[in-house]
Amino acid sequence: MNNRLLQFSYKYGALLFIGLVVVFFSLNNEYFFTSSNLLDILRSISILTFVAIGVTISLTVDGFDLSVGSTVSLTTVATATMMIWYEMPLAVVLIAPLVIGAAVGLLNAFLIVKVRIPDLLATLAVMYIVSGIHKTYTKGYSIYNNMQFQDGTKAPGVMNPDFLWIGQGKLFGIPFPVILMVLAVVGAHIFLKYTRFGRQATMTGGNEEAARLSGVRVRRVRTWAYIASGVFASIGGILYTARVGSGQIDAGAPMLMDAVAAVFVGYSVFGAGRPNIIGTFVGAVLTGILINGLTMLHVQYYTTDIIKGAVLVLALTVTFVHLSRRKA
Amino acid sequence: MNGALELEMKNISKSFAGVSALEGVDFAVRPGEVHALLGANGAGKSTLMKILSGAYGSDAGTISIGDRRLSIASPADAKAEGIHCVYQEVDTSLVPHLTVAENMMLDRIAAGKGPMWMNWAAIGREAEAVLARIGSRIPVRRRADELTLAEKQIVLIARVLVQEAKYVILDEPTAPLSLEEADRLFGIMDELKRQGIGIVFISHRLPEVKQVSDRITVMRDGKVVLSEPAADVATGDIVRAMLGRSFEEEYPKTTVPIGETLFEVEDIAAGHRVRGVNLTVRRGEIVAVVGLVGAGKTELSRLLFGADPAERGTVRIAGRTANAASPADAVRAGIALVPEERRKEGILVGSSVLHNLSLPILRQLSRIGFISKPAERGHAEDMIGRLGIRTASSGQPTGFLSGGNQQKVAIGKWMATDAEVFLFDEPTKGVDVGAKRDIFRIIGELAGAGKGVLYLTCEFAEALGLADRILVMCDGAIVKSFDRGDVTMEELLYYASAGKEDLA
Repeated sequence: MNNRLLQFSYKYGALLFIGLVVVFFSLNNEYFFTSSNLLDILRSISILTFVAIGVTISLTVDGFDLSVGSTVSLTTVATATMMIWYEMPLAVVLIAPLVIGAAVGLLNAFLIVKVRIPDLLATLAVMYIVSGIHKTYTKGYSIYNNMQFQDGTKAPGVMNPDFLWIGQGKLFGIPFPVILMVLAVVGAHIFLKYTRFGRQATMTGGNEEAARLSGVRVRRVRTWAYIASGVFASIGGILYTARVGSGQIDAGAPMLMDAVAAVFVGYSVFGAGRPNIIGTFVGAVLTGILINGLTMLHVQYYTTDIIKGAVLVLALTVTFVHLSRRKA
Repeated sequence: MNGALELEMKNISKSFAGVSALEGVDFAVRPGEVHALLGANGAGKSTLMKILSGAYGSDAGTISIGDRRLSIASPADAKAEGIHCVYQEVDTSLVPHLTVAENMMLDRIAAGKGPMWMNWAAIGREAEAVLARIGSRIPVRRRADELTLAEKQIVLIARVLVQEAKYVILDEPTAPLSLEEADRLFGIMDELKRQGIGIVFISHRLPEVKQVSDRITVMRDGKVVLSEPAADVATGDIVRAMLGRSFEEEYPKTTVPIGETLFEVEDIAAGHRVRGVNLTVRRGEIVAVVGLVGAGKTELSRLLFGADPAERGTVRIAGRTANAASPADAVRAGIALVPEERRKEGILVGSSVLHNLSLPILRQLSRIGFISKPAERGHAEDMIGRLGIRTASSGQPTGFLSGGNQQKVAIGKWMATDAEVFLFDEPTKGVDVGAKRDIFRIIGELAGAGKGVLYLTCEFAEALGLADRILVMCDGAIVKSFDRGDVTMEELLYYASAGKEDLA
């Protein structure tokens, strides 16, 4: 009986918990459970979800990408300056940040796969480098329409309205970022679960040497995983710029830890016990619900961190108690 | 020295899960004597030594020093009586980033005895003094990870001296050493003898056993079959005692027409474990490479498969050069490896049987990058049936299967690839009898299908039963080659332990 309860809580605990949280907030605030608020929650986590998908992919190959937050920051200002400083066409505005994200991923992969620095340390170093680049590039200023430079001149460009629609527009009454997010979640899930590359990535993460001795080109797999992580972070950066309409300095800094938290909450979803896209999405949704609901209850912004941390502890406890029992 | 202080094990018995490992074994070592303990794999010598050093308890029997009965329930008890073991895995016993002196004093530091402040100068002096006792001049401030393997061994021996060892078990200390290094070790053993320390010496190399031992005891099937002064026994007697009247195992050897040369290896080498190996395998042929543990078989298989880089040499498959820079290249060239470390390298224990079986052939099973679930499942069901893999379902994590069935998965994953050459490294290790027979059958079928099989093993009986040709490997080189039926187990064991010198 006790064992079955544990099994149940392991498999469905996270979902049950979200259900309870939703019920709790709905009872306390009549506005909470309305379609417009729920869509708001989804829109608020769309950027986070992109970043978290990247982290999930790096964890799938048994790596860890700490540089995603900085990558969001860099691509955010890159996107904004493409329009405001250089008045580039929309295609360049969208493609340049993706290239930057891929380049950061490639740098990570080079350090990890070729130089053989442990993942956590290599991406930590790259996190600093990328963060420094983005501040050096903007001289520490946020980028906004026709911004004034230090020498008194003004930037020539403004945000492209078509570009802003990506972050602010709606399609069939649904915010466009939410649509993008759902596509990304479904796409990444299918990719990891049903494609050859996804399987090779999962197996590489399961036991790199055994995968290698089965003929998997594990270094190539790991390289692509880091590139994917960088690209997903850069999409997060593009969405961020389009959402706020300016290039905020250090925009991605808080996103790293939120993304990591979402991924680890995801470990406990359906008893996966390892990184998985659906779990990551559920983790991101939980984050969004908590922040939204607590804000409605007039809990201070700082206090929500305590609750986020406690939820993460809960999810990790369920996961690791189960994993250590399974081993025993 | 003093016979009254003899360390004596009497009538020791031990069984594991109902299977008897030791039956009424007597064994003794005197101070100032080297007593060699010999036996084939599984004869019971490690079990006996584990009981002596406190790692296992015995089911029956007594251990005493002189007239005093000892009660050894843990390694700490054994050490308190001055009984120490220097294990073969020297790397796991030393802390790599500590100095020689710190490593030698580790047990004392860990015990928390003595003053609270470390007097490093005094510790260094003491370590130097102990090393000097065995004639070694290893700098005590050098870090352990900068030492050679032979030096590490010496440090471990010095460490037991620091703990005032009276009896030392040396478990295959010479296996990883070169001949010169081994000679130096024998000098140290002589020094220990002179200081009245009793040594139990475990080794597979018979000539050196004869050279350094005072007494020789041979075990077989959990019993002592020979125990004589070393001067009174000939090498041939020892070999016969180790093998005994070997009961015939069943090998389903089918005669297969042997075709043209398929796999050619020329002068492949890396480090001192593989020193220029030449061999060929023809279609339909099973070639066994036999050798003792540490002969370089695993290293050889990894070189051929591209898992480790080779320093020189060429590999050809059907005339095409097939030097592999990575396992992926080897697979593409048509080589498959079933590695010795099954759970770490052969299969992914956390992944399902289904996913393990399909990993090398995902390309065949997928369309535009998407894996076809029905094709994958069909392939897995087919393999499970063909190889007789016992599993609740194809979705079962492979780690839950028995050793033999895990091995079938490790073999099965290659069956549908285009592999022409199959390398098996100790495929029957930790596998039960029934699964063994299945594995032999599968290997026979591969040969029947015109594949080439290279079978690396330390089980000589398997090589004699299965192989069309047997190559003997010793110290990283192939020293002899025999056709099926032209060789006895005694000869194999002789060349595997003695190398090239001819049988006297």
